[in-house]
Amino acid sequence: MRADLLAGPVEGLDEALEAVDAFDQALVAGLLRPQPAGTAGPTRLADAVLGTPLAAGVAEAAAKAAAGAAGEDHFVALAAARTALHGSVHDALLTRVDEAAGRQRGADVVPVAAGQPTANLLTAARAWLSDLARCGWQGLDHEVVSGAAEVVSAMLPDPSLRRLATLLDGFAAELAASCPGASLERFPLRRWGDLWSRGMLLTVPGAAVAPVTGTADGRLLPLGIDVTEHATAAQAQVHAVFEPADGSAPRLVRASVSVPKPDTVVGAGIWQLMRPHMSLLAAAGEGCSMDLTGMPVTAEGDLVWSDEHARPGEPAEAFATARVALPTATAPVTAPLDRHPARIAVPVFLEGYTTRTDDEGRLTFTVAGLDLVVDTDRIPAAGPLTPEAVAKSGACIGLIRWDAGSFGVQPLAVETTVRKKVTAVHAGAWAGGTTDKAGARAEKAATDAAKVLSERAGRLLRK
Amino acid sequence: MVPPARPRKLAKVPFVELADGRLQGVVSSGSDIGRVYVSSVATGTFAFACSTNNNRPCGGAHGSFCNHIGALINEAVLQYGAPRVVRYLKADAPEGDTDGAGLASAMRSTRPQADTTKAAASVFSRFLRHLAYLEHAPVTAPLPEMQFFPPTRAVA
Repeated sequence: MRADLLAGPVEGLDEALEAVDAFDQALVAGLLRPQPAGTAGPTRLADAVLGTPLAAGVAEAAAKAAAGAAGEDHFVALAAARTALHGSVHDALLTRVDEAAGRQRGADVVPVAAGQPTANLLTAARAWLSDLARCGWQGLDHEVVSGAAEVVSAMLPDPSLRRLATLLDGFAAELAASCPGASLERFPLRRWGDLWSRGMLLTVPGAAVAPVTGTADGRLLPLGIDVTEHATAAQAQVHAVFEPADGSAPRLVRASVSVPKPDTVVGAGIWQLMRPHMSLLAAAGEGCSMDLTGMPVTAEGDLVWSDEHARPGEPAEAFATARVALPTATAPVTAPLDRHPARIAVPVFLEGYTTRTDDEGRLTFTVAGLDLVVDTDRIPAAGPLTPEAVAKSGACIGLIRWDAGSFGVQPLAVETTVRKKVTAVHAGAWAGGTTDKAGARAEKAATDAAKVLSERAGRLLRK
Repeated sequence: MVPPARPRKLAKVPFVELADGRLQGVVSSGSDIGRVYVSSVATGTFAFACSTNNNRPCGGAHGSFCNHIGALINEAVLQYGAPRVVRYLKADAPEGDTDGAGLASAMRSTRPQADTTKAAASVFSRFLRHLAYLEHAPVTAPLPEMQFFPPTRAVA
């Protein structure tokens, strides 16, 4: 890995993010009233997309917003401009990572779903997000925020609306924990701007559809598991190298499973909810490959998993995969609307680094002279991997991410020396269950919690 | 981002939340497995209420907090951590290692009134909504939006 390539400035990045920040600042006071002179957030967005196909629509929306007269379609246009700017940032950053990792990226075109009829629930979601934009973060109160609950409840049963439902649910919970907005001294501007504009775009019919473009036949070699979660949802994403049976070039793919959950289901309880729906979790946890037959796959390299298309394969140690297969694997493209710096998660294999922990406990790998911050906070609690193990490691499978202006690495697995023996420790080792003592205790606690909740649900929920 | 809930045993208090300007939740009856109590304490005034899900008032909640409310406060401190509960309730509890009992007695000492707003039905329906999260099927289509929600090892 040419880590030094991650260091230099990226041309145009600051300018793009300045326009984003100007708009985010406008959302503090909200867009209900005319914008005071000198604060031109929406206009900055419009200027930034001049000369693109978005220009006319965004210019109109910015003018309406500046006058305090923006409607829902105008908000969508502003969200689209903000998303487009982040898309350009994503592309520039990803090019850097690809150069550093020596990764070839495919050039497929991700097909766009054909126009779809407007659904009432999407309209309702858009109305809620528009209310947020009008009242601004300063004007947040429980009444505005609680408007999301009904929309989310109605969306969750429909798997095709899961993307928007999950986003809104997490966003609303975060806003509720920050109410009233008037009492907040600082706002997570970039973050709330991201969630707001992401939600707005997903209210466009068809925006959340990721069409299946083919099937995968061949051998799947897991690298590691990335877990994401908020209070009422979790997703496990297995990063893997796929070796097609037809002998064509190996590719990087992902397989995901996600589930809504009560906020009291945490840690090992999350694995328990997801485990029955994807045999790959157990295979990845145990270090086994899987053989795929006719597994649906999108142009973005996402396997749309179903167990009937997979059967257990030979043992496949993730570090062997990382050393041998990963360097030759090509990476898929990102769907146009999904291009965002937060989406960058490029699997890499690192070794020969030195580690350093500063006074605040922040861990840094020095790789070929470059400091990479290690995001140990992302290591799931329900697993054997710990920040301490990462600090003592000699080799690491990780995801290169970009956060707060610099590249860093999220460890998925490390090799450490235990009693003079090199041992691999995986963040997702407990995905399929565990015999580890601490793990078994966590499993038991989670089973008990789930049992109580389902007993209560069985007795009290009207069937 | 909001730190995840801390794990706790759910048998006694299956549901607790800081919402609608109240610490509110559902407490299982000690004697009847089919009965639950809906209990709440309001932010600022500490006005309290406790009744069954069929709206029968709790015999213990005359004049001051009953045992159900005590259990609710204990579990809230376990789930969210004392600082967040104290802050939400605007309680005048000593900084540092407040436990549920300490917080309850701090609020009791202000002689709070019974809450007359009859929120039990809405709290109970929020509990049912919470339980319904167990009923939604997992999906294996990717949710790219979850990349905005990294896990954290920090606890509430």
